[in-house]
Amino acid sequence: MPDAHNPDTPPRIGVYVCHCGTNIAATIDVPALAEYAAGLPDVVVAREYKYMCSDPGQELIRQDIREHNLTRIVVASCSPLMHEPTFRGALVRAGINAFFLQMVNIREHVSWVHTNKEEATAKAKDLVRAAVRRVRLHKPLEKRRVEIKPEVLVVGGGIAGIHAALTIANSGKHVYLVERQPTIGGHMALFDKTFPTLDCAACILTPKMTAVGSHPNITLWTYAEVAAVEGYVGNYKVKVRHKPRYIVEDLCIGCQECVEACVYKEGRWADEFNLGLSKRKPIYLPFPQAVPQKVLIDPEACIEFKSHKCKKTCVEACGERKAIDFKQEASTEEIDVGSIIVSTGFKTFAAHRNACYGYGVYPNVYTSLEVERLVNASGPTSGEIVLRDGTTPKMVGIIHCVGSRDHNTNRWCSKVCCMYSLKLAHLIRERTGAEVYNFYIDMRTPGKGYEEFYDRLLDEGVHFIRGRVAEVADWPIHPSEEGKLVIRAEDTLAGFVRRIPVDMVVLSVGLEPQSDARDVRRLFNISCSEEGWFLERHPKLAPVSTFTDGVFIAGACQGPKDIPDSVAQAGAAAAEAMALADAKYVELEPYTAHVIEDACSGCKTCLTICPYTAIAFVEETKKARVNEVLCKGCGTCAATCPSGSIEQNLFEDQEIFEEVEGLLAYA
Amino acid sequence: MPNAIESVSGNGQVSTEVAEPRIVGFFCTWCTYLAADLAGTSRIKYAPNVRVIRVMCSGRIDPQFVLDAFAHGADGVLIGGCHPGDCHYQQGNYNCLRRARLLKRVLEQFGIEEERFRLEWISAAEGDRVRVVIDDMVEKLRKLGPLQLKRGPALVRGGSGEQVPQEVGV
Repeated sequence: MPDAHNPDTPPRIGVYVCHCGTNIAATIDVPALAEYAAGLPDVVVAREYKYMCSDPGQELIRQDIREHNLTRIVVASCSPLMHEPTFRGALVRAGINAFFLQMVNIREHVSWVHTNKEEATAKAKDLVRAAVRRVRLHKPLEKRRVEIKPEVLVVGGGIAGIHAALTIANSGKHVYLVERQPTIGGHMALFDKTFPTLDCAACILTPKMTAVGSHPNITLWTYAEVAAVEGYVGNYKVKVRHKPRYIVEDLCIGCQECVEACVYKEGRWADEFNLGLSKRKPIYLPFPQAVPQKVLIDPEACIEFKSHKCKKTCVEACGERKAIDFKQEASTEEIDVGSIIVSTGFKTFAAHRNACYGYGVYPNVYTSLEVERLVNASGPTSGEIVLRDGTTPKMVGIIHCVGSRDHNTNRWCSKVCCMYSLKLAHLIRERTGAEVYNFYIDMRTPGKGYEEFYDRLLDEGVHFIRGRVAEVADWPIHPSEEGKLVIRAEDTLAGFVRRIPVDMVVLSVGLEPQSDARDVRRLFNISCSEEGWFLERHPKLAPVSTFTDGVFIAGACQGPKDIPDSVAQAGAAAAEAMALADAKYVELEPYTAHVIEDACSGCKTCLTICPYTAIAFVEETKKARVNEVLCKGCGTCAATCPSGSIEQNLFEDQEIFEEVEGLLAYA
Repeated sequence: MPNAIESVSGNGQVSTEVAEPRIVGFFCTWCTYLAADLAGTSRIKYAPNVRVIRVMCSGRIDPQFVLDAFAHGADGVLIGGCHPGDCHYQQGNYNCLRRARLLKRVLEQFGIEEERFRLEWISAAEGDRVRVVIDDMVEKLRKLGPLQLKRGPALVRGGSGEQVPQEVGV
């Protein structure tokens, strides 16, 4: 067998062209491509096969390596991001270095994007030729092993973050749960009932919240945000910034005597938790079941912050505990974790953006989230559904798809609105006996028990009108419309325009990415779709992984989803993080850079350009040296070095030159 | 690939032969290469003129690679990287941008038209942008015709620039 590692012996190359069923073969003349490859210099054998990635396909490669003493392999198939690990494994099992492989992407980059067979085949030939020229220069490389810290950071304490944190903590690993609001619970904590079972949301959520708060393996930081993330899979350094709540958390016992004692006898400021439907004091507990049970002070509202002349009755009430600290400042803490789960959730569509529906103009136009609070037993009206003037509505219109499936705002279906609209329709009808009209485009109720719930609503006498609402207005043209809001919509099933006078309009607002999703994604070095939803590594096969190893996503930050889906995804993300931690180490790609000392002039240009300060100047030799542990393998130093004395493994200058020239060498 | 095709204009007249441009693409692994993969999985169709070389980061793209491509017959070079601020390696795309600006001036001196060298930010989610950029570039280069590189040897890697000293420069 020729020495695969010796650059002086001519390489023996095998080329393998995959049909991928008909995915490739339908657009590329695969036999012609294989035949062409067989004629290229140093190619000993070229074959085609239906599915190269299958066991027999891989065995074909392994057998050839053994029988023909192959030292380099080119596989022309799908994207290397798909099957490079598969074929590297085949090489290793046949006894040659994993990095003697070059993949040619003739599926995603050729057969799936072109239609002319002749042109596609010509392009594939160019790509194969380049790969054959390049692979000759490949050097044996070894992956680096790094240890994985078992701690996990979960960002966002909604139902997804809570479930992920508990799952990991129950396995015995330590979790840091960071939530930017003063309490965990997220959107789910706002709901009264959950569809389609009508479980009480608080009854199923608050035990989990309490469990998080008291779990020995969970460090819960609320009112805190991730400020910076450094490092790589298994070894992330995360800076967490604690916002001042002006309460010493360890000393506060949540008795709320301070709230009681506040100089303001009544609440005056919009209560965030109730979406402004009630008022709170400057010192407050976000909501009765908040976790942690710690109050906080709103410095914008508190007299002490404004004038320093407050009687500070709260401090008096707190007494010996001394939990109130007006001088508290933001602080930063640094933690080391092995992996990160991002579960930062969603925001709802700002209903005023769709001006035709009169949100913010007519007081009795509500968003669905506001109605969630109104129907909630612990909400501002203790669950009584009343209008702003205190009367009970007799006619209620629920408008679906507000900020969803709309080319003027958001094009996507928010997935949960049909079901929550049905739930609200049920609750409103049950509690007030009002006539409820649902205006919908399509009823989308795919899910266990969902369609059955829709059937139940039909039986309950809730009205359904199929058609997008044109406008909500208060101009009566008939005596029955006096003093009412009139919903004007085309009834597409009946085939005419209808005017429905109602007392209350509920806008079923869609789900949107958080407004700072783009900043958050940069923080964690993950991608997001054009809309701002975080991007999974693979929509089907890696739905909670991202393109950054060790960073996972869960819940609605990835796209609109309901509670069961969020919980399932959180469980999956937790399992991924635990699998990583249990493996104890991870193998990193060996694409690091190294300095060819003989050629290095010691100009230090590379030192300034490395984003990871992985290059140091060695005073004794007056040469640069790359610290391979810190190097992440971007290769920018190799492109920068004026004397060409830095090389990046697997992306060496010469390898890329060969690829360029191979592409352009006319056959 | 055919070196020339016949193009038929709207009024049915057959125009003179148009050479199909050959374009070398350098795409970063994390954004533009992924976007091209996404274009594939979405079955978006675009012109077959670009051959892509994958690099880990657009910051890895040495201006010499671009010169080498032109010297060996490329009619255009397309670099694809992550959007500003989105680099998987923090700032590689900024390094790429700086080099590209400088390189553009060098290419100009070689008589290589501006349209032949293009730097685009295409994120992993922008599969359709791959089509838009490639189709647009191919269209422009078709109009421009093949690259007529008179001073080729000076560009060729290992080639001797001294042979044509008078011609190099502004």
